[in-house]
Formats: sequence, C-alpha cells, structure tokens
Amino acid sequence: MSAQVEVLEVLAAPGAGCVTLDARGRSYRELNRTLRSLATRRGVSRISVTNVLGQRYIGTNLRGEIEVRLYGTPGNDLGAFMDGPVIYVYGNAQDGVGNTMNSGKIVVYGNAGDIAAMSMRGGKIFVKGNVGSRSAIHMKECGEKKPLLVVGGTAHDFFGEYMAGGTAILLGLSLGPGEYHKANFIGTGMHGGEIFIRGRVDPSQLGAAVKISEPAGDDMRRIADAVGEFAELFGYDAGEIMHEEFLKLSPKSLRPFAELYHAGSRDSLQLG
Amino acid sequence: MKELDKITNPFGDDKVIANCGLFGMMSTKGRRFSGQDAILAMANMHDRGNGLGGGFAAYGIYPEYADCYALHVMYESMTGKEQTEHFMRTTFDVVHNEEIPHRDPANSGVAPAPILWRYFVRVPKNVLKEISISRRGLDGGIKKESPRDGIRDDIDDIDDIGRIKEAIEDNREDIEDDYVVKQVMTINTGIADAYVFSSGKNMGVFKGVGYPEDIGNFFCLEEYNGYLWTAHGRFPTNTQAWWGGAHPFSLLDWTVVHNGEISSYGTNRAFLEMHGYYCCMHTDTEVIAYAVDLLARRHHLPMDIVAKVLAPPLWVSIDRMPEPERRLHTALRLTYPALLMNGPFTIIIARQGEMIGLRDRIQLRPLVAGIKDDMLYLSSEEAPIRVVCPDLDETWTVKGGEPIIGRLGGRVITGFEGFRGDSYEELPSTAVRGASGR
Repeated sequence: MSAQVEVLEVLAAPGAGCVTLDARGRSYRELNRTLRSLATRRGVSRISVTNVLGQRYIGTNLRGEIEVRLYGTPGNDLGAFMDGPVIYVYGNAQDGVGNTMNSGKIVVYGNAGDIAAMSMRGGKIFVKGNVGSRSAIHMKECGEKKPLLVVGGTAHDFFGEYMAGGTAILLGLSLGPGEYHKANFIGTGMHGGEIFIRGRVDPSQLGAAVKISEPAGDDMRRIADAVGEFAELFGYDAGEIMHEEFLKLSPKSLRPFAELYHAGSRDSLQLG
Repeated sequence: MKELDKITNPFGDDKVIANCGLFGMMSTKGRRFSGQDAILAMANMHDRGNGLGGGFAAYGIYPEYADCYALHVMYESMTGKEQTEHFMRTTFDVVHNEEIPHRDPANSGVAPAPILWRYFVRVPKNVLKEISISRRGLDGGIKKESPRDGIRDDIDDIDDIGRIKEAIEDNREDIEDDYVVKQVMTINTGIADAYVFSSGKNMGVFKGVGYPEDIGNFFCLEEYNGYLWTAHGRFPTNTQAWWGGAHPFSLLDWTVVHNGEISSYGTNRAFLEMHGYYCCMHTDTEVIAYAVDLLARRHHLPMDIVAKVLAPPLWVSIDRMPEPERRLHTALRLTYPALLMNGPFTIIIARQGEMIGLRDRIQLRPLVAGIKDDMLYLSSEEAPIRVVCPDLDETWTVKGGEPIIGRLGGRVITGFEGFRGDSYEELPSTAVRGASGR
C-alpha cells in the first residue's frame, strides 16, 4: 500500500475484513482511489463510508466481491460501469444510479433521481422509494446478462425509454388507494426487454411503442423472485405485494423506427 | 516508450464533464440569513461548473434603502462609468452610490473584475407626474401616448390636479417599474462598456467569472442578510464567459438562474423586442427574465400560469385534459407561442417574496426540492441541500413542467402531489399544496 494511493484514513479495520472511511470533505477522486485500493486488498470484504455528500462516480468500474455501505447522499453516476460489488445506500441516491453497470447489486433505502439504471447491461438495482424521469432508459441485455431494476414506489415520465433489454418492475407501494402511477410516456421507443407494473396505470400513460398484456409463462415466477428479494431487503411482506395484479409491457416491434425515414410512413408511427 | 497518459491520468478523467449547477433557498417566513449557506451549497457542486461563471441573487439585503431601486452596474471603462453617471443624474434621483464591496480578485480566485458600482435611486417626482398624465390621457381626453414613448411636455394644459394625483398613487409602482426598465435598456443598449445587471428594490445580483463559491467570497456575501438566495455555477456551452454573461440574469427584482439551453432563443428574442426588451448579455438565459417580467408583471399572470407558458404540456397531453383545463392550455399555447422555451432547461426564478423552480416539460435537466420547517430549497442535486440542512423534512425530484412555488407567508405549492418516499413524514403545516396553484 502506498501513501499516494491510500488517501483516506481507514478508521477501523477489524479482523472480520470490514473497514470504515469518513468521506466528509473528500473529493470523489480521493474516495474512489481509496475504494479501488481497498477492494483489491486481501481480506477486505466490506467497506463502510460515512458522511457521503455528493461525491460522484462512487464505485465506478469497481470490481470484485466486495460490499460497500454508503451513509449519506452519494452523487451522480453511482456504481457506473461497476462489475461485481454490492452497494448499499442508506439515504437517497442522485441521478444516474448504475449507469452502464455490468454486474453486481445496488440497493437504495431511499429514493433515486433521474435516469436510474441508464444503459444498464447486467446486475440488479433495488430502490425502496421512487425514481425520477427516464429510469431504465436504454437498459439492454445480451445472452445470460439480463439486468433487473425494481422500484418500490413510482417513477417520473419516460420510464423505460428506448429500453432494449432486461427487466424493470414498478411496485407502486407509495401510491394511495386508487392513485395512478406518476409516469407518462412509459416505454417510449421501447424495442426490447420487459416492464412489469403493479398499481394503476392508464393506457394514455404509455408510449406508442408498447403493448399491454397479462404476465404469462414464467413471468410470474420471475416477478416473484424479484419481489422476494425486494421484500427481504426492505422488510416487506412479499406475499402481500404479490397479492395484487401485475401488468406486462413489451415492445410492439423490435425495430420501432425502421420505417421512420420512409416516405409516408410517419403517420403509422404515432410517436408519443 | 512510456504511456504517459497512464501515468499522469490513470482514470482518463481529464475530460470536462460538466453542466450548470443551480441552488435556491428561501425562508417563507421572511427570516433573513447570510449568504454563507448558499456559498457552501455551491461549493458542494463545484464539479458541475468549470469556473467560467458564478453568481448569486439575494432578496431583503438592502432594508436601509428598501424604497430605492438598487442598480448594480459593471463598467469596462471609466468612460462608460462617466457617461452612465451623467445619464443617471438626468433620469434618476441618486440617493447614494458606492463601489460594490469586494475582495481583491487576484486573491479570490476569480477573473480580473470590471468596475463594479451600485446606485440607490428613486424615480424623480416630476417624471412620475408627467408619465401619469400621459397615461390618463387614454380615458381623460388627453392626447394618447404610451409611457414608454417618452415624457410629454404639455402638462401645463392639464388643470385637473386631483385626478393626476390620484392616478399617480394608483399606478405608482407600475409607472416606476416601466420607467426603470426603459432606463436600464437605454444604458445596456446605448452606453458602451456599461451593463446594469441588477435593478430591483431591496435585492441584488452579484456575479462574475469564477467558481461560484469564489465569486461569493469575492463579493463578501457572508456579510449580507437576505430571506431568499439563488445561486448559479456556470459551464458555458454556446457563448463566451464574461462578467455580464454569468447568472443570475435580472430585470427589476426578477432574477433567473438557468441550466440548459434555450433552443427557441431567436423566436423568444424577436417577440420580446417588440415589447421593449433588448437582449445584450450575449446569452440565452436573458430572454427568460424578460419573458417573466412581461407575463407576470405587465400581463398580470400568476406564476403557475407563467410556468405553463414557458413549459407548456405537449399537445398530446392537452388533448387528454378535461375541460376547462384543455381550453386554458390551448389558449395559452395559442396566445404565447413565441414565449415557449424550447430545449432542455431547469430554471429558478425569483422576485420579491417568491421563488419558483421549473424544469422543461420533458425533463432534460435535473431539479430537486427540499423542505424543512419554513425553508424551501431548490437545487440541481440533493447533496448541496443536505450540506446546509442535513435533516430535511422531505426531499423529492421535481416533475417537468410542474412549478414549485415558495411564497412569503408560508405557502409552498407543488403541482405534483404524492410523489414522495414512504420514509418521509407529512409536510410541515407551513406548506400548502394544490394541484395547480391558485
């Protein structure tokens, strides 16, 4: 370990492989250098970071089987390109949680901001509260890599915009009786993947690119798995959540814009 | 050969990934506090800007001159200052003038500063009387004339003194405001090297080229006390960085801080010029300040309606609205198409007693709101709010096109009810929410 790399003081390093850092007043560069250094150190399995306040890119490109616990409000692009670790956020997350994340897990015990799970390509994100606009934008999948986003509450507009793969689930637990989900233009430009929604949503809230159906085949099993993990993380009764109906949204076409530039084809497209 | 980049920049992070940062805080009870918190909040968002512009607006800071217009002026030459001061002597009663207190730019980390001067002025009584007479002419048989067309010189013909006095009192504020706007436009368009960047009563704009926390320090803002502060860190994308181009942009007591770009600038600007507003600060945000003055002050529209003019719902959404909302939104879009602000933006607008946060309708720039007791916070990110208020009652991401409005007297209005995490408690009793404001 060199002094140049290790810029944050390790407050406690008990034998169990847990270390604690204080991020107060520290730049994101210092913090991320320290995380990278610790993540590769033998015997360290958990890093707790206190007083997190707006530092961007925490856990960016972090690899390995390490657990990071963040206390406070991490900044934008939390866990971007992350490959393996598990991040717990005890607070709200800002914009861009899990941007292009590859594998691992991010658990947010509050709300997340805009573009959560943007371009996500693998791993799981669980948000207890709500997410901002354009969450799950351009999520994608390839072979065995299928990302999962589970949101306990509701979302702002353009949820699942240009979605190309993976699974995004809205549970609607923050909605009152009879209240509709907040998002409009859900799945605009969607051309892959699937969205499951629990709670009321009017067809007018959906983008032109999606079709509505009831979950079929092994859909319910996969929803139950995701809800089970969500309930365990945040202390809900999974059975109670599963008691209500889910709606499935999937793309009408795998190439919704294929005809966009053909003469006379705009009318049939009906962009939202 | 060594890979120098791997040594000097191991994470490849020298690319400037930045954008503007906004912050606003207001006590809806009118409690005044120093600029220190706004400076600390902006310092937390340091990485959003790139040091090419920072600024603050503060309300309630000049109680000793509360009835005077406080003109903050930047001069790029002594000639500009002399000409402007000569002009001011002929157009205003200058009650007091002084250099705007500041620290040494070289030691504050800000760019070389222009001459920064402030003037506390009143509209001369005879001007009031003359303008009022020409206005009353509309219904009093006197020759018709717009107050902005100048001052009539034939007042001796008028003998109905009582009626004139009454007219002056009825419209005093309105007449004075119009008069000040005209003089500000005259200086900004007519006198070289002189720019009025703040012209309201009991408020002021402080801005320049540097990081916002350095600009705040440069202007000694910790020594001012206001009940409403807005702030901006700039990442200029389309126009050059100069002191006048920093935010906030201001006219009378309106201020605007802005993140994004106004793609409709040309249309907006042409329309506003027809109404006597001239754009000379070389940047798009200016049009928002003038649009708000036209809509809210001169056309008397409430702020939630102004928000719907600037960021109207999409036609597909309007088509789905029940009556009479559908008709209202249709009428607004048809009446003010040239004031639709197209493109990605988040803005914080403020005036005496009011702070408004607004995102563009398709939500391409961020805005977070927070509430704690009588305090309303608006910010590009949540962390800066928590810097100055760690134990918020609640915080949420603001929806596009739905204004968040804080008013003196304890009203916080948000058009987006119920979007809140279940971990947060009920709104404090000081906050009242309504779906569409009034």
